[in-house]
Amino acid sequence: MKKKGLWLSLALTFSLALAGCNSDSNSASNNNNKEDQGGSKGHEKLEIFSWWTGAGEEDGLKALIKLFQEKYPDIPVENAAVAGGAGTNAKAVLASRMQGNDPPATFQVHGGAELNEGWVAAGKMEPLNDLYEKEGWMDKFPKSLIDMVSKDGKIYSVPVNIHRGNVLWYNKKIFAENGLQPPKTFDEFFQVAEKLKAKGITPLALGDKEPWTATHIFETVLLGTLGTEDYKKLWTGELSFDDPKVKEAVNTFKKMLNYVNEDHSSRNWQDAAQLVGKGEAAMNIMGDWVKGYFVNDLKLKVNEDFGYVPTPNTEGKFMVITDTFGLPKGVKNPEDVKKFLSVLGSVEGQDAFNPLKGSIPARIDADLSKYDEYGKQTIQDFKTAELAPSLAHGSAAPEGFVTKVNQAVNIFVTQKDAKTFIDTLVSASSELKK
Amino acid sequence: METAKAVSERSVTVVPKTQKKRKWTVDHWLALAFLSPSVVLILIFVYGFIGWTGYVSLSNWNSLVPDLSFAGLKNYIYLFHDFRFQADLRNTLVFTVLFIGVVIVLGQLLAILLDQKLRGESIFRNIFFFPMALSFVVTGVVWQWLLNPSTGVNLFFKKFGLDSKWYTDTTILGSFHLGKIEFGVPVAIVAVVIAAVWQMTGFAVAMYLAGLRAIPEEVREAARMDGATEFQIYRKIIIPMLRPITVSVIIIMAHISLKIFDLIYAMTGPGANFVTDVPGVYMFETTFRGNYYANGAAIAIIMLLSVAIFIVPYLISSRKGES
Repeated sequence: MKKKGLWLSLALTFSLALAGCNSDSNSASNNNNKEDQGGSKGHEKLEIFSWWTGAGEEDGLKALIKLFQEKYPDIPVENAAVAGGAGTNAKAVLASRMQGNDPPATFQVHGGAELNEGWVAAGKMEPLNDLYEKEGWMDKFPKSLIDMVSKDGKIYSVPVNIHRGNVLWYNKKIFAENGLQPPKTFDEFFQVAEKLKAKGITPLALGDKEPWTATHIFETVLLGTLGTEDYKKLWTGELSFDDPKVKEAVNTFKKMLNYVNEDHSSRNWQDAAQLVGKGEAAMNIMGDWVKGYFVNDLKLKVNEDFGYVPTPNTEGKFMVITDTFGLPKGVKNPEDVKKFLSVLGSVEGQDAFNPLKGSIPARIDADLSKYDEYGKQTIQDFKTAELAPSLAHGSAAPEGFVTKVNQAVNIFVTQKDAKTFIDTLVSASSELKK
Repeated sequence: METAKAVSERSVTVVPKTQKKRKWTVDHWLALAFLSPSVVLILIFVYGFIGWTGYVSLSNWNSLVPDLSFAGLKNYIYLFHDFRFQADLRNTLVFTVLFIGVVIVLGQLLAILLDQKLRGESIFRNIFFFPMALSFVVTGVVWQWLLNPSTGVNLFFKKFGLDSKWYTDTTILGSFHLGKIEFGVPVAIVAVVIAAVWQMTGFAVAMYLAGLRAIPEEVREAARMDGATEFQIYRKIIIPMLRPITVSVIIIMAHISLKIFDLIYAMTGPGANFVTDVPGVYMFETTFRGNYYANGAAIAIIMLLSVAIFIVPYLISSRKGES
């Protein structure tokens, strides 16, 4: 009797396992049936992978997906976004999936080194030249931008937006009350900061719980000190990191750190921006996703509650961060992905996405009327400014180098040892030489 | 003496022989059928992957392009010269010592108090044990709010003029250099230890309480008859009798603290100047953000070895105890 019970349980286990398989195949065929009823055959799910889960960015992505589904109602879409500031967690998930040959249909990747030295160099991306020609995009995106997503003459992704990295956000009320003008040079910055500090106001809000935010300030100082040409030379190895100009930038960065809030290492970028939004700090150096956060989350008004100027010494310079989407090798539905990319790259797609996300369109012929004051001005600036790739956001240098810089910055923010910092940068720069 | 040992050893080896002679019954076959799949899976997914990680840690695979050419100990040498990894080793050591120490002392103390046959004991037991049900990630997030320098308990402390920095404090107490490694106790670790202790003490309490209950009342009675005070009974008899439990608690806590990742990742991250960084967090960031797969594998192997230092002697001693 006892043994019979055992055999029974064994049989049950196996039958359950079998049932598990069965239900799997059932649900799969159910899906197919549904699609058949929808009038199409066997469409794979279009999995869109990104780290857009924050307020403004998520809205933008959803608007884009909605637009796509209006055009192609028969292609099922899956929004596979992974939360985490600047994609820190999403990139980890993506790396595992790509290594395991299970790529999402399309994924968010910063144009520049992150794309070219990362996925393209690893042979994981399909070129998209035919799509660009078919859609007539070659003269619709600025050439410098197309260069950022190309390697050896092949284009590998479609830019959906442009973010500006070198923006100094300031609290209008604090500046007005203290009779201050937003600083345009480093000298002015330190004068303003000194006055604010004397009054007991935190001059510069920083939240470097994730060290990339401090790297972000550092790159704007580098750009402001070196100028666009020399700044770009850093990433090609033409200018060494122990150049006197880099040392000057490091010292300026060090001086700026005297003016940040004390609890910076327990805050993230939103927490830091919030200090400015709520009038507890005067300035914040961050990309223009801060505008999306101010307007969407904190319900602040552009040029009323907060103002913006380029970071010190970077007027006429534009630190470009561009989010792009590409086509990984080995996806099952490349044609569907291309359809999505063509919507993404269209005027309509860009104008659905960017006003919500707080960025500006990557295309030069987008509809200006859809953007707020900040957006209009930035679109103008983008057309005339010198473009520089962002280090903190993976456009200037490969991920490995960025990780090492972030570590060095993390140590530097505490130890403030300029020599060690520069030594680390120099030794890490061996990663840059290809 | 020698011969007696030899005889007893032989007799030990003889016993299985008689067992072997026994016929394989259906029960045995069933047991084998149920065990073998998990044995195979564990061989592949645990030991196989440990081997693979070790192999990767000796390779040149430090980009998105797999490169499994042999690199020798390059990745390990790099790590031990790396400021961040040196900080990690220091932090792990400090964290482990503080965490295990406090858990044992507090666990023993609470268990003894709970053992006083007070009313509503089960309520207290549940209060102490409940944090165990939470995930470290939740604990991390909650304590991050509580110990954030500008919120939580600090608003209360501020009223008394105390300005606490908790996990943003970058001070390293008693800092001295041993070779290239900077030693000392990073103050920020204390915040993480508090959270970890809060979560794990309940487990130690439960273990010790079970141990206390296993001590027969006669032992106390006998001691009392000899005129020992209650304090003496605990100090001289009860606590020494709890030693095997302390060993188990140390083993379990040590493997948690040496591998800890989620609590720190959710609570502080690496921290300024890497004062709260641990190998687990470094491993994650190196491998999945920096794409340094070989370096990450090397960190993982070092973590495995550090746990093995605790676990292997324990396994050996417990096997000896069996035979």
